[in-house]
Amino acid sequence: MSAETPALTVDTMHKSFGQLEVLRGVSLTANDGDVISILGSSGSGKSTFLRCINLLETPDEGVVTVAGETIKMRRRGDGRAEPADRRQVDRIRSELGMVFQSFNLWSHLTVLENLIEAPVHVQKRPRGECIEEARALLAKVGMSERENYYPAHLSGGQQQRAAIARALAMRPKVMLFDEPTSALDPELVGEVLRVMRALAEEGRTMLVVTHEMSFARDVSTRVMFLHQGLVEAEGPPQELFSGSTSDRFRQFISKERG
Amino acid sequence: MGDLAIFGFGQGGWGLALLQGAAMTLLVSACGLVIGSAIGGLVAWARLSGKLLAGGVGQAYAALFRGLPELLIVYFVYFGTSTLLTETAHALGHEGFVGVPSFAAGALAVGVISGAYQAEVFRAAYLAISRGELEAAVSVGMNRALLFRRIIAPQVLRFALPGLGNLWQVALKDSSLISVTGLTELMRISQVGAGSTHRPFAFYLGGAALYLVMTIATTRFFDVAEARATRGMRRAMG
Amino acid sequence: MDFDFITKTFVRLLAALPLTLSVWFLSVVLGGLIAAGVTWMRVSGVKPFEFFARAYVMVFRGTPLLIQLFVVYYGLASLPALRASFIWPFLRDAFNCAVLSLALCTAGYQAEIFRGALLAVPHGQVEAARACGMSRLLMFRRIIFPIAMRHALPAYSTEMISMVKSTALVSLITLWDVMSIALKIRNDTLVTYLPLILAGAIYFVVNYIIGAGFLALERRLSPHLRPRPS
Repeated sequence: MSAETPALTVDTMHKSFGQLEVLRGVSLTANDGDVISILGSSGSGKSTFLRCINLLETPDEGVVTVAGETIKMRRRGDGRAEPADRRQVDRIRSELGMVFQSFNLWSHLTVLENLIEAPVHVQKRPRGECIEEARALLAKVGMSERENYYPAHLSGGQQQRAAIARALAMRPKVMLFDEPTSALDPELVGEVLRVMRALAEEGRTMLVVTHEMSFARDVSTRVMFLHQGLVEAEGPPQELFSGSTSDRFRQFISKERG
Repeated sequence: MGDLAIFGFGQGGWGLALLQGAAMTLLVSACGLVIGSAIGGLVAWARLSGKLLAGGVGQAYAALFRGLPELLIVYFVYFGTSTLLTETAHALGHEGFVGVPSFAAGALAVGVISGAYQAEVFRAAYLAISRGELEAAVSVGMNRALLFRRIIAPQVLRFALPGLGNLWQVALKDSSLISVTGLTELMRISQVGAGSTHRPFAFYLGGAALYLVMTIATTRFFDVAEARATRGMRRAMG
Repeated sequence: MDFDFITKTFVRLLAALPLTLSVWFLSVVLGGLIAAGVTWMRVSGVKPFEFFARAYVMVFRGTPLLIQLFVVYYGLASLPALRASFIWPFLRDAFNCAVLSLALCTAGYQAEIFRGALLAVPHGQVEAARACGMSRLLMFRRIIFPIAMRHALPAYSTEMISMVKSTALVSLITLWDVMSIALKIRNDTLVTYLPLILAGAIYFVVNYIIGAGFLALERRLSPHLRPRPS
């Protein structure tokens, strides 16, 4: 991928749920290696924004481009937007790795089987190669001894680390994290943040919706603050955290700290 | 006679007979359900008692009557009680065969079957009562009789209502098997009408429609009862 | 104790078991196929299909199997239109009517089991599958069906046993299953209890085997529900 083509661009995204307009024109450009933390209070639209990128929710308006490829959309008879090409959506989804707040590991498969499921069946890569790569990823997240465990037998932190490895197994161009530590007991948050930090230092392109201010401040290359569906503040973390011009942002971080 | 007139209430119409059959079905099913509650309550109590023998007998009862065809049980109860009565009559000097009224045998058969399932419903309902509530009652000084009457029984009933509603529907349908004993419930009336008028399709379909009406109407009744009984209770969903 | 008589009776009853089991097996399989169709209609999102599916389940679970059986065997046979049609040779046979009627009935119950099982699949795991780029078909095959199937096993086992018990009703439409033979022996020999007890034992053992089989299947397919390995 050339340095000119951004890994991901989102152009003025709008999304409403019924009468409630949750996203009112949010744009974003992520270059290779960017680690963008998306902050905001509940209802600000940050999770919705992330979920619209890989079309788990369908945006009403807006253009999503992944590594130069734009997701084709069209209007239905009733005026609602929908993807024009199902296959393209599936393919682009396989190039984006998503990590969920509630881990969502497949309960009937072991950790290893969870990791190779999509590479083998969606990306149609040879099974042996996928297993090898999966084992390497498990070693990276510190889960090697539990490759034959079922998700039900793992702690929250272990499940999330396995889920991160599962997303990595797809060799994604961009990784999407939807509040990855919000469902974890406090003492398990650290192990997951450590893995995410290592990924950032590797140069992975990451979008992280989070409440963990330490991560936003110390690890990300950019911070985006959403308020009521609009980008209220954006920039490098140093700029925002040490004296932002936005009142709302200053209010937000003082609440989070307290 | 025309197809619809057959079901009418005038001369040659079977409407009244079918409705009477339906009433009989409701009656025998209700009696069966009540008998089943008595048996089910007993079996549940035996299984919850913690005593090995009682628990074992209770479990055996439930396993036995859930593993046998309902039709077989109807025959068995009908023939069995008749034989019992005949033997008793013989012992008392009476000659000949004494048949048990098919209503009694039918209700008993339905009850015996229903009891096996009701036992599980009651047992689960009892186990669902929060231990904390029982402890609170004991600590205010309620004795066992009061505890049962004021706390346990009402709660068991509340938790058991959905299961019981389902088992009532089952009893309604099982009652159709009593037709083999000759009892003039809805199935039997449909059969007689079908044979008498040579219109099996109309009569069996009509009978089925009446069963469906009874099922729907009584489900509504149970839904209302459940809503009233569980008002104020927090549940996992719904 | 007339052991000779007991043995003879038992053997005669066992000889009827294949009929009972074949009615059971065929109706369960046919019923499963019908139920799959009904369930598909139920979750299709198309309103008329959903309505039909709900009505189907309501009718076949809300009426006694016996009357359904008679509608098919006695009722359909009396309709001139059907007697003249190409399916008449099929409907003339009591065995076929039995299988058809039992299949229609179990389909109603199986459809409800399938529906409950599908609802039990955690939504998050389905989302994770979507997020990986799985097509709808792949997602159903690899994620939804395996998880739903494991949820359905206990209720399915109960329904299978219920169907075995339901086969006894075919004795009332001239089929010589275990139940009919037991009654025939009673009529011929005037011995009331023994044939019924032996028949009951046969049904009980068959049901026990089915229940145990499903339990073993559940155990094998659900290592993720057992306690963790030490």
